[in-house]
Amino acid sequence: MKPIILTTVAGLCMATVATAETPVLTILTYDSFTSDWGPGPAVEAAFEETCACDLQFVGAGDGAALLARLQLEGPRTDADVVLGLDTNLTAAARATGLFAPHGVTADLALPIAWDDAEFLPFDWGYFAFVGNAGADAPTSLRTLADSDIKVVIQDPRSSTPGLGLLMWVKAAYGDDAGQIWADLADNIVTVTPGWSEAYGLFLDGEADAALSYTTSPAYHLIAEEDESKVAWAFDEGHYMQVEVAGKVASTDVPELADQFLAFMVGDAFQTIIPTTNWMYPATTTADGLPDGFDTLITPAKALLMSPEDALAARPAALDEWRNALSQ
Amino acid sequence: MAQRAVAINPTKPGGIAVGLVLALTLGTLGAVAWRADWGRGLGPADWAAVRFTVTQALVSAGLSCLLAIPVARALARRRFWGRSVLVTLLGAPFLLPVIVAVLGLLAVFGRNGILNDALGALGLPDVSIYGFHGVVLAHVFFNLPLVTRLILQGWLSIPAERFRLAASLDAPVGRLLERPMLRAVLPPAFLIVFLICLTSFAVALTLGGGPRATTVELAIYQALRFDFDLGRAAMLALIQFGLCLIAAALAWRMTAVDGFGAGLDRSVDRWDGSRWADGVIIALAAAFLLVPLVMVIVRGVPGLFELPSDIWRAALRSVIVAIISAALCIGLTLALALRGGRTVGLVGVLPLAASSLVVGTGLFLLVYPFANPAKLALVVTALVNAVLALPFALRSVAPTVDKITSDYARLGAILDMSPWVWTIRVIVPRLRRPLGFAAGLAAALSMGDLGVIALFAGDAQETLPLAMYRLMGAYRMDAAAGAALVLLVLSFALFWICDQGGRIDADL
Repeated sequence: MKPIILTTVAGLCMATVATAETPVLTILTYDSFTSDWGPGPAVEAAFEETCACDLQFVGAGDGAALLARLQLEGPRTDADVVLGLDTNLTAAARATGLFAPHGVTADLALPIAWDDAEFLPFDWGYFAFVGNAGADAPTSLRTLADSDIKVVIQDPRSSTPGLGLLMWVKAAYGDDAGQIWADLADNIVTVTPGWSEAYGLFLDGEADAALSYTTSPAYHLIAEEDESKVAWAFDEGHYMQVEVAGKVASTDVPELADQFLAFMVGDAFQTIIPTTNWMYPATTTADGLPDGFDTLITPAKALLMSPEDALAARPAALDEWRNALSQ
Repeated sequence: MAQRAVAINPTKPGGIAVGLVLALTLGTLGAVAWRADWGRGLGPADWAAVRFTVTQALVSAGLSCLLAIPVARALARRRFWGRSVLVTLLGAPFLLPVIVAVLGLLAVFGRNGILNDALGALGLPDVSIYGFHGVVLAHVFFNLPLVTRLILQGWLSIPAERFRLAASLDAPVGRLLERPMLRAVLPPAFLIVFLICLTSFAVALTLGGGPRATTVELAIYQALRFDFDLGRAAMLALIQFGLCLIAAALAWRMTAVDGFGAGLDRSVDRWDGSRWADGVIIALAAAFLLVPLVMVIVRGVPGLFELPSDIWRAALRSVIVAIISAALCIGLTLALALRGGRTVGLVGVLPLAASSLVVGTGLFLLVYPFANPAKLALVVTALVNAVLALPFALRSVAPTVDKITSDYARLGAILDMSPWVWTIRVIVPRLRRPLGFAAGLAAALSMGDLGVIALFAGDAQETLPLAMYRLMGAYRMDAAAGAALVLLVLSFALFWICDQGGRIDADL
C-alpha cells in the first residue's frame, strides 16, 4: 500500500506540469463537457491535430459555477477561453469586463438571430418536459397546470435548467407568470438542486416527467435504443438555451484562443456535439444531424429573452416563483 | 467537561489544533467577507429561510434523540447473535453521501416506493414523502444512527460495579444510573444533530417539495453561484455561526457532570427490561435504517457492469484521501480532547456550523494567489474533511478522555508521569474504542464528500463521489447507481476496519 500512496501523493503535488515548448490553451468549462462521455476528449484530440498546442480543460461544476469560478479568479485567471455559459448568464459575465470580442463571423443555424460581440454559440437546445411515451401528455404549460400530472423541476436558484423554466414561464406569460406558477404548484412533486437529481427521480418513477431538453429522448434512442421517452410539445413555444463561449481578455495566447473559437463553429467540433452533449450544433454540418434526431419534436415557436432582459427580469421572476410555490 | 484536579494532559498540540480549526472556519469566512462588495442586506426571503432552517433542525434533532434512547437502551441491554455486526451496520446511513441516501429513501418512501406499493396493494391511499415531514424523516434517517451510537457508548461507559451495586440494593437503575448518564450525553448529541441539520441543503431541497423548504445553506449557494454576492454569503454564514453559538451555550447549560467514582473498565450483562419490547424496538430501527440501504444495493448491482474503467482510479484516490483525512482527524481530536475546557468544546462544534461552500470559496480565495487550486484539490479535501469530521470524533472521544483524566490523573501525578508517557500508556489504550469509531467516521465522511472537491478539482483529481455525480450528469443513471454502490461498500469497509480495530477485545 505504501508505495502506491507515496506515488499518488507525489502525483498530486506535481500534477499537470506543462511542457514549456508547446503553448497551452486553457479552457474553463462545465463538468459534463470534459467528462469521458462529454464532447471534451474528442474536441481536444481534434483541435490538437491542427493547432500544435496543448489544449487543457478545467471543469468547474455547471454553467453558473463556471461564472462564479471566473469571478473568484478575476483578471489573474489562467483561463484563455470560457466555454459553457448560457444567455441567462452572459449579461452578468459581460459586466465583469473579463471578456474580449471574439471577432468570428459564422453562419449560425439558430432559430433566432444572433448578434453578440463577446459570446459565440457552440450549441443550443429547447427546454422541454420529458415524459414516458404513451402516457398523458399536456399540450401547454396551461394544460399541465390544469391537469393532475406530476412533474419534477429544478430550483432556479441553484440550477441553469431551473432558471430556464423560470424564464420560459416569464417569456410566455409575462405578468400572468405568477398565476401559472400558483396553478402549477400542485403538479410539482418536488424541486431539486440540479438537473441530475430531477432526471434521476423521473427515471425512478417518482414523477411523470422532468424538466429537461427536447433532445433528451435522442440520448435514450441512440445510446440505449430505448424509444420510451418523449418530450412534450407546448403551444406557448419553448424557451431556448444557447450555450456560448468567450475569449478571456487577459489571455496570454490570444491567437490560439481566436483559432479555437473559429474551430468551435467548424464541422470538426460541431459534429461531435449532438451525440456527446445531446444538444443541437450551432452551425449546419456537412453530414447533417445523426439518425434519431429526426424523431424529435420541433417547437413551432422559439422563446428567448436577450441576456440583458433576462438578467433584469430575474429578481422579480424569482420572487413571483417563490411566493407562488410557498403557499 | 469534567473538573481537573491535576493538570497532566499535554496542551500545546491542542493550541495548534484550535488555531487550525479557527482558520478553516472563521478564517475562510473572513476571506470571503474581505473580497465582498457590500451591497444589499438580507431580505424577507432570507429570514424565512432562517426560520425554516431552525424549525426543521429543532424537530429533526429532537426526534432523532427521542427515538435513539429506546434503541440504544435495547442494544445496551441485549446480547444476541450478530449484535456487533448490527451495531456497525446501523451506523451506515450516516456515512452515505446525501444524494445516495435520498435515492435509497425514495425507493422506500417515494411515490413509486415499496411503502406506497404495499399501501396500494392493500387498497389504502398513497402517502407523500415530500414536505416538511420528508425533510425530518430524512434527517432522522441520517442522524438516528449517530445519536444511538453516542448514547450506546454512554450506556456502556457506566461501570459494571454500579449496576451490580444497584442490583444488590434493588435500587432503580433508570433513576440512579441511566438518567444521569442521559443528562450528560443527550444535550451534546442534540447539539450535534441540530447543527448538522442546520447546514442541510440537498436533503431539505429535494424532499422539502419546493421553496418553502429553503435553508440558509441554499441561500448561501445562490449568493455564491448565481449572484456572486460574497457579502450576502458571508452574512448568511455568520448567521449560521451565531445560531451555533446560541445552541452550544444552551446545550452546555443542560449538560450535567458525572459525580460518581471510578470503576474498572468493564461493562455488564443486564437483567432488567422486557426482552420482547427490546426485540421489537431493535427490529423496527433496523428495518427503518437498513431497508433503504438494501435498495441502494439492489439498484446498484446492475450498474456495476456499466462502470467505466477509470472509476477504480477515482475510487483509489478517494480511499487515499479518506485515510489521510482520518489520520489528520485523529491527531486533531486527541490534541483537542487532551487540552479540554470550554474553548475546545466550542471550537469542536464550530466546523458543524460552517457552510462547506463558504469554507471552499474562502480557501480558494486564500490559495489562489499562491498556487493552482487544482493541484491542491486532494490535499485540501483531506484537510477540510478532517476538520469537518472533528466534531463527531471529539464528541465520541472527549467524554472518555475527561473520564480517564478524572479517574486516573491523581495516580498519574503520583507516579510523576510525563504528559507523553501519560498519553501513550494511560489515555490511548483506554481510548481505542472511541478512537477507532472516530477514525472510521472521519474516513467514511471524507469518502463521500462532494463539497470542497467540486470547487477545486481539475480532471486529474476526480474522486468517487464526483465521478458518480458526473455519470448522473451524462444521463448514465444506472452506472451512477453502480458507482453509488461502490461508494457505499468502500465507505462502509473503511468505517468497519477502523471501528473493529478499536474494538479488539472490547465488549461493545
